[in-house]
Amino acid sequence: MTAYLLKRLAIALATLALASMVVFAVLEIIPGDPARLMLGLNASAEQVELLRNQMGLDAPLAARYLRWAGGLLSLDFGRSYTYSVPVIDLVRERVVVSLPLALIALALSTVIAIPVGLFSASRRGRAGDTIAMGAAQLGVAVPNFWFALMLIYLFAVWLRLVPAGGFPGWSAGVWPALKSLLLPAVALALPQAAILARVTRSALIEVLHEDYIRTARAKGLPYRAVLWRHALRNAMIPVLTILGLQFAFLLAGTIIIENIFYLPGLGRLVFQAITQRDLIVVESVVMLLVAAVIAVNLLVDLSYAVVDPRLRSRQ
Amino acid sequence: MKLWKTILTAAALALAAGTSAFAARTDLVIGVTLEPPHLDPTAGAAAAIDEVLYANVFEGLTRIGPNGEVLPDLAETWTISDDGKVYTFKLHTGVKFHDGTDFNADDVKFSLDRARAEDSVNAQKGLFAAIDTVEVVDPATLKITLKNPQGSFLYNMGWGDAVIVAPETADTNKEKPIGTGPFKFQNWAKGSSITLVKSDTYWGAPVSLDKAEFRIVPDAAAAVPALLSGDVQAFPFFPDLDSVAQVQGDPRFKVVIGSTEGETILSINSKKPPFDKLQVRQAISFALDRKAIIDGASAGLGVPIGSHMSPASKAYVDLTGLYPHNVDKARELLKEAGFENGFKATLKLPPPPYARLGGEIIASQLRDVGIELEIVPVEWAQWLDQVFTKKDYDLTIVSHTEPNDIDIYSRKDYYFNYDNPAFDKIIAGLNLTSDEAKRMTLLGEAQKILADDAVVGFLYELPKAGVWDAKLEGLWENAPIQANDLTKVKWTD
Repeated sequence: MTAYLLKRLAIALATLALASMVVFAVLEIIPGDPARLMLGLNASAEQVELLRNQMGLDAPLAARYLRWAGGLLSLDFGRSYTYSVPVIDLVRERVVVSLPLALIALALSTVIAIPVGLFSASRRGRAGDTIAMGAAQLGVAVPNFWFALMLIYLFAVWLRLVPAGGFPGWSAGVWPALKSLLLPAVALALPQAAILARVTRSALIEVLHEDYIRTARAKGLPYRAVLWRHALRNAMIPVLTILGLQFAFLLAGTIIIENIFYLPGLGRLVFQAITQRDLIVVESVVMLLVAAVIAVNLLVDLSYAVVDPRLRSRQ
Repeated sequence: MKLWKTILTAAALALAAGTSAFAARTDLVIGVTLEPPHLDPTAGAAAAIDEVLYANVFEGLTRIGPNGEVLPDLAETWTISDDGKVYTFKLHTGVKFHDGTDFNADDVKFSLDRARAEDSVNAQKGLFAAIDTVEVVDPATLKITLKNPQGSFLYNMGWGDAVIVAPETADTNKEKPIGTGPFKFQNWAKGSSITLVKSDTYWGAPVSLDKAEFRIVPDAAAAVPALLSGDVQAFPFFPDLDSVAQVQGDPRFKVVIGSTEGETILSINSKKPPFDKLQVRQAISFALDRKAIIDGASAGLGVPIGSHMSPASKAYVDLTGLYPHNVDKARELLKEAGFENGFKATLKLPPPPYARLGGEIIASQLRDVGIELEIVPVEWAQWLDQVFTKKDYDLTIVSHTEPNDIDIYSRKDYYFNYDNPAFDKIIAGLNLTSDEAKRMTLLGEAQKILADDAVVGFLYELPKAGVWDAKLEGLWENAPIQANDLTKVKWTD
């Protein structure tokens, strides 16, 4: 188990190092000069050069990479070109929006998807299954930004239960803050729930054909107990895999939702930083997201061992 | 989608009609599309900075009024020497910065010297180029000597880039702006909103609002729901022009269509063949149908232009009749230039909808006369790099939003690659002329030369659609500069 863990950790670190080079190189290649962008159309070439010099942009490529990567090792993420504050401060302000949003969305999608999956699998081919899977198909197909707009019109404009967007900050109180995350979380969660429900259903149907299920039924266990205790647990591996992927997606892929609800989250920060060529912010935030994705994958790998004891002894 | 919008809007209306009016408010939430990168107007070109701070937090010697006029600000009065080179400003006394320190002529000298210093990164350094010396006569009197007379000097001093800052706080204004204006900075929740509150120590006429929050709403589709839900009460620059008609029918809101200083043009790289041929450029001008472009790219709200001048300006000469939409004439000119079978070119489009939508229409209009355009969408950063700096383009669409910027056509190495000594002479003369009537004549001549040369395809003046609560008063109708001056804004009941 320890050897397995160490091996996973080493792979994770190597991935991080490789990712840092790729991220840095890609951002070097895309055209656009942050200094020119800050100064606009009226500034002269000399002025742009002056600002490039002040921002340290005129140093050679390798030197800039080493300075940045070296900073990352000591958890110094550098200073934003446009905001001129430490990147870590920006991230700290944004992560308190994005992380709760992703967690609420994840929880919502799990809470919706697993019961729906169970329900559908146990009524395979019957009317209930058809309706549930039809709805899930719709959930997969409907783009989340359109769905988000419909939610806004219904709950914010019409019923006025929640704000149409924006984030008052946790300092405004837990309930107002949660309230403003509710619609975005639902908009994010439903398409994910739809995918997860389909995966749960098909994994369960496969398991329900196994011999041990028939045995369990034959020895007189009620259907419900077989479903929850024997079938679901064995169907968990594909479900956990999808959940891990979804968390990474939710954390990084909220750009559209954060724009529609004008939430000051990480997705918005990256999007804005890319358009303003605030390269250091893009690089550092992308690295953080890479690290988060790797960490979640590691967790998922470990959780396989928790749900399936066979995996524990095999390592 | 449209139907749903209508049904739900109607429902929202019915619901809102039931709520009763309450006492006059003193707070306001203003929606803005772009978040400023920082809060120092003297250190960046982003219009979003001025949209929050100009006239509200920071003040200059002079300021630009709602219709583009020059008004006194921190300078109460001024005198100009007969040779037009020495400006003596009498400053207001009893003015305090928001950190409690006093304002006097030393601060003005500091601000101007800082902006024009060698290592200054002021985005509009050109505004200060004519200044020779700045002298403090006494704490309330300042003398500025110019290298040569400059007709636009007082106007230049009204720009956001020329506002007065204090030496103690100049370096921290990016995060915590300290000015002399009627509002002081309270809080910036990055990515979310910027809050200003009334300053109790303001020297001038007190403002009606106690608190103003600029909320960043980046997505155009989110603007209408933000208004309808009451979260935001004003969008002075409404981003979703296609929805203007929808809001117009709603009695709770006022829709005000005004003018800007944004000449929207089809820029042409006029040194690159075949665009170096006058006939080719004129053919393009004849091929353009401005009406169709305005309808498609600005919801029919833009005002057509025939040269590089805002129709709202006093110097404006109507030259839109010079190249009426005429496909036959365009084909004829192309034939004369040796392109009977047309040619191929690229059209690089920056992200704003006016460019992306307008580009599609222009491409189809030019196809009608035989010019095949390949559309290349680019981001702003790419546009600045490839088009503006490296001049690697054939055609592009962009709105030049700086006020009174006809002189860009005389700049050496500017991205149009236009070079006409006769035009340069007029601009040089203009810089030396302060007599109003003579300036108007020169500006008129300059406009005619640009139109005759068909330097670029002149399309339309970018419209400004302001949408705000019907009970709100005092927001600017036009946008002579990109600002949201809140000094006269109040709620009525």
